[in-house]
Amino acid sequence: MNTSPLTHALPRPRSSNWRQRLEILVFAAPAVVVFVSFVILPVIMAGYYGFFRWKGYGTPSDFVGLDNYFAIFQDSAFHEALIHNGTILILSLVLQGPLAIVLALLLNQKIRGRAVIRILIFVPYVISEVIVGIGWGLLLQTDGAINDFLDSVGLGALKADWLSDPQIAIWSLMVIISWKYIGFAVILFLAGLQSIPEELFEAAAIDGASYWQIQRNITLPLLGPTLRIWAFLSIIGSLQLFDLVYIIWGQYVSSTAGTSTMATYMVANGRDAGSYGFGSAVAVVIFIISLIIALTYQRFVLRRDLAGALTEGEK
Amino acid sequence: MSVILTKKGGRTDHKAAARYRWGSPLTYLVALVFIAICLGPVAYIILGGFRSNSQITESPAGFPSPWKFDNYLDVLTGSTFWQEVGNSLIAATATTVGVVVLGLMTSFVIARYRFRGRGALYSLFAAGLMFPMTVAITPLYILIKNLGLMNNLAGVILPQIAFALPVTIIILVPFLRAIPDEIEEAAAIDGAGRFGFFFRMVVPLSIPGVVTTGILAFVASWNSYLLPLFILNDQSTFTLPLGVQAFASEYSVDTARVLAFTSLSMIPALIFFALFQKRIVGGLTGAVKG
Repeated sequence: MNTSPLTHALPRPRSSNWRQRLEILVFAAPAVVVFVSFVILPVIMAGYYGFFRWKGYGTPSDFVGLDNYFAIFQDSAFHEALIHNGTILILSLVLQGPLAIVLALLLNQKIRGRAVIRILIFVPYVISEVIVGIGWGLLLQTDGAINDFLDSVGLGALKADWLSDPQIAIWSLMVIISWKYIGFAVILFLAGLQSIPEELFEAAAIDGASYWQIQRNITLPLLGPTLRIWAFLSIIGSLQLFDLVYIIWGQYVSSTAGTSTMATYMVANGRDAGSYGFGSAVAVVIFIISLIIALTYQRFVLRRDLAGALTEGEK
Repeated sequence: MSVILTKKGGRTDHKAAARYRWGSPLTYLVALVFIAICLGPVAYIILGGFRSNSQITESPAGFPSPWKFDNYLDVLTGSTFWQEVGNSLIAATATTVGVVVLGLMTSFVIARYRFRGRGALYSLFAAGLMFPMTVAITPLYILIKNLGLMNNLAGVILPQIAFALPVTIIILVPFLRAIPDEIEEAAAIDGAGRFGFFFRMVVPLSIPGVVTTGILAFVASWNSYLLPLFILNDQSTFTLPLGVQAFASEYSVDTARVLAFTSLSMIPALIFFALFQKRIVGGLTGAVKG
């Protein structure tokens, strides 16, 4: 492949096997040790601890087999948490996706101040979820700024218990999540749009294609890989959701308000309850659910994109 | 005559270009509304810190009137805030340095060496993307406790390095792979071994990738909450996210002061973002494409 004269004249010097092994070891071992110790090992330990009833002190000795798992799947609180995660996952895709696409298409026009706009819409993504939770939590209190604002503009009838009403709280959570992450989606889609060759649009316009025909037949298909990557990130994020819910609703209120997630369930019934075996089992359940969804998604949705990426990589 | 015509044409083109450059009013309207929504809650937090509790109670959605600086001064002159800033700075900086150094070394091996275990090594770290902190947090807490690192920033730093390695390596490998073989061979001719090549050529050439991954690691560590929640129970060890939440719980009736503390906690991340926004945005979108 490489036709450089230097390459021909001076073939790559072969390191001795022992020397190359030593170099590889020196360069790669530290990361492998840290990674295996703090990522792989804990995941394996979670699998192990899940079979015990354990308070987290000393060595687990009260082996209970699958009792923890039976307890999890029989607990209506876990069922609710699972449903909440599913709701959040679907609503995130359905609400944020189309809105982000429309915004990206609009902002993709050559307008003044585009760079500034891009910076400003990214602000929510940069701020910690803790700060987002505290800020929005105060805004949405029953006697908070949102209800006060609605009153002052004559829309008092729309006031609600945004955080404590089980019929509404999940939607409040969706608004907050969308606020936090939609800027990221827009930026991602803008990047995807900007990588589409300008010539395609010009050729289509010359052929008399309408704006909507261009969007449907050129923009969206070519934006496909970016959309699918974003959807994957959104799905995984939805399954792991903890910080926002924990901060705004706390470990107890989140279940009565209808916003508990598998992760808040794990912390409330594991660490906060001093039941580390049970908590580990919940962690395993979350991991397996995430893994099944991720592998299914990769298998059926991302496969084409990955194949293309690998092919390009080879070239 | 032709000169005059050219001039006219030029002027017309310029006007057309100017008109085109502004875009349609609808776009600006949507952009403004979108920005207002993005920044509204942020403004609420910042302005809330300049009000008194009675102002907030009487008029939750109102503006400071008169402006009060006591809340911000109280937070800034207290030791709690600065201690937590210091802790977060230590944790985020150490995490960033650790993940960049280890990530660069490993990416170098994966990108520049041919050996039987290369694919397996890459797959090992790629699999790490499937292991979010949430799943590992409980046994991780047990592990950190057994290592005697509870209430110790090292107990937060090491796991954060480990969990940031997958993304870092996946971003850096393409950068290192893109270095031409000619450069490596030229270095070899000059008598540089692999280590010399690494420090004299690879490190400088990978700066763009290093900066991108460093920023991502820093922001993630700075905003991290779940791990500190488990590991840092002693208030003197709190990082900012933990400190903000603790402050909000402790002073829950003192809304104005909570907003001031929250606002000040937000500023470092915003400043950091303003300084590196191109890298942050470019890094995230580049990572997805790559």
